Amino acid sequence: MGARAPRRRAPGDAALTTPLQAEHLFPDRGDYLDVVRARRHEGFELCTDLCAVDYLLHPGRALPEATAPERFEVVVQLLSIEQRRRVRVRVQVPESDPTLGSLWDLYPGVEAMEREAFDMFGIRFTGHPDLTRILMPEDWEGHPLRKDYGVGRVPVQFKEAPGPR
Amino acid sequence: MTEPDFVAETDEGTQKLAPRSQTGAEELRREVGAVLRRPESHPPPDASLDLERTGDDTMIINMGPQHPSTHGVLRLMMELDGETVLRTKPIIGYLHTGMEKTGEELTYQQGATNVTRMDYLSPLSNELVFAMAVEALLGVELPPRAVWMRMLLAELQRVSSHLMWLATNGMDVGSTTMMIFGFREREMVLAFFEKTTGLRMNHNFIRPGGTAADLPDGWEDDVELICDTVSERLGDYDELLTGQPIFRERMEGVGSISADEAMALSVTGPILRSTGVAWDLRRTMPYLAYDQVDFDVIIGTYGDNFDRYAIRLNEIRESVRMIRQVLERMPLGDYRVQDKKITPPPRARIDESMEALIHHFKLFTEGFKVPEGEVYVAVESPRGELGCYLVSDGSGKPYRMHIRAPSFVNLQALPVMMRGGLVADAVATISSVDPVMGEVDR
Repeated sequence: MGARAPRRRAPGDAALTTPLQAEHLFPDRGDYLDVVRARRHEGFELCTDLCAVDYLLHPGRALPEATAPERFEVVVQLLSIEQRRRVRVRVQVPESDPTLGSLWDLYPGVEAMEREAFDMFGIRFTGHPDLTRILMPEDWEGHPLRKDYGVGRVPVQFKEAPGPR
Repeated sequence: MTEPDFVAETDEGTQKLAPRSQTGAEELRREVGAVLRRPESHPPPDASLDLERTGDDTMIINMGPQHPSTHGVLRLMMELDGETVLRTKPIIGYLHTGMEKTGEELTYQQGATNVTRMDYLSPLSNELVFAMAVEALLGVELPPRAVWMRMLLAELQRVSSHLMWLATNGMDVGSTTMMIFGFREREMVLAFFEKTTGLRMNHNFIRPGGTAADLPDGWEDDVELICDTVSERLGDYDELLTGQPIFRERMEGVGSISADEAMALSVTGPILRSTGVAWDLRRTMPYLAYDQVDFDVIIGTYGDNFDRYAIRLNEIRESVRMIRQVLERMPLGDYRVQDKKITPPPRARIDESMEALIHHFKLFTEGFKVPEGEVYVAVESPRGELGCYLVSDGSGKPYRMHIRAPSFVNLQALPVMMRGGLVADAVATISSVDPVMGEVDR
C-alpha cells in the first residue's frame, strides 16, 4: 500500500475539503456487535474513536425511521486504511439500562475510549476487561458529561465584598 | 437519574496495576498485549505470560506522576523483574479539567480558546480541527487565502512541535545539546507566531470562518528565514544524533511495535507510520489544500524508537518543503469568509457605525447559531489523527464537543512497546510516543 498520487478536485471546492463522506449506520443495541464485526471483516482495521452523547436536552434529533431515540447514543468511528473510507456507527442506549456490548474483542484500542465513555456518561460496556474510571478519581460520584450533572462554579471573590461572617 | 444511583455507581474499582497474585489469566493476557496477536488460529503461547511466576519475584513501582521524563503528569505503574519491564499500566487523569464539558458552555466563537489549550505543543491543530468541524456544520466555504494561511500555520506548528519532540527526546536519552538546539529553533517559529497571532501559544487565531487576522507585513521574509535556518540545522541534528553510535544504540530495536498491533490499538500518526503503514491524513484523506502541494509521507520499517525519531526528523523536512510551496503560491484575497452571520465587522468600522458596533457586540456575546447536525472531522496533528465530533442542536453553543485526542489513544501502545525492555529504555520509549498530557486528560 504505497502513497498514491493525490486526488484532484475541481478548483471551486478546494476550500471546504473535509473528509465528511462517512457512511452512517444505526444498528439496534442487540445487533451492534454483529454490525461492527461485519465491518471489521470487511476491512475496517481501525476504530479511531468511540464517544457517547447525552441527548437529554435535545431529544428531537434527526434519526432514521426505524431507530427510536434514546437518551444516550454511543458513536463509533471506524476507518479502513485499505479503502480510505470511514463509517460512523451510532447506537442508541436507553437511560433505564445504560449497558452496551464492548468492542474490545474486535478492537483492543477501544479500551481507553470505552473507559472514558463509562467515566463521563456511566454507560457500562459488558465484556470490557477493566471498566474503571480513567480521567476522574476512583471515588468520584456521578458522571460529569451527563446533561443533568451540574456544572460546579467557584464564586468570584472581590476584595471589598463582604465575606462570610 | 436519581441521586442514590450515582452513589451506588461510585465503587468502580481501582485504576492501579494489581499485583500478579490478584490478576487473572485473561487480565494478564490483556496487560501484556497478548490479545493483540489474534486471530485465535495463532493463540499466543501461554508461556510468554509467565503464569506460574509469583508476585515474590517481581516488584511494582510507580514512575510519575512527578517524574521529570514522563512529559507532564503521566503515571506509569510498572511490574519489574530486576531491570526488565513485564507489565505497564498508564494511569492518567491528573490534568483532567473537563474541557469537553467547558466546550458545551462556550459559544462557537469562544470554543477555539478552549480547544487550543488541549494540545499545548500544537495548539493551532486543535483550533484547525474545531474550526473545520464548525464550518462543516455551517456549510461555509472559505476563501483560498484562509485555506493556505491555515496550511502555512499548521505546517509551521508541525515543525515547532517536532522540534520540541527532538529536544525532549534528546534530553531523555542524555543529549542536552539536542535540547538546547531544539528549543532554539522552536523559538524562531514561536516568535513568528507571536508576530502573527499575538501569542506564542494558545493563539485562538484559526477561528470558525477563517482566521482572526491577516498575516503581518513582511511575513514572507520571516518564514523564509525559518525555512532556511531549520533546513540548515537539520543537518546539524543528523550529525549530532542520527549517525552517532551511542544514540543509535539507545534507540534502535527499542520499544518496537508491529503494524498489526498498532492498528489493533487504534494508534495513528508517526507511531503507525513507523511500522510501515503509509497512513497520513494529509495524503490519504486530504483536507485544506494538501492535495495541491508536493510532499512525501515518511514511513519506517521496524516500528522502533529510531524509526519514530527518523520519521519526525524527516517530517520537519517535508513540512519545510510544503511551507516553501505555500510561500510561493499564497493567494491574495480575504482571510475570512465574508458572511455577516459569522464574521464580525472590521475594527475600523466599529468606530464609525453604530450598526457595526451592535453587530460586533451581538456576535461576541451571543455568538452565531449553527444548524442542527453532527459531524466528525479529522486532521493530521503532529501526534496523529486529531478528530472533533461536534453535535449541534441549532443553538449558539455546541451540544456536545468531543475531541479525539491522538495522545490519549497512542498511550495504549506504551505497555506493548515497553514489555521486555529495560527500565532505562522506558524513558526513551515514553518519549517516542510523544504524549501531551493536556491532550490526554483534556
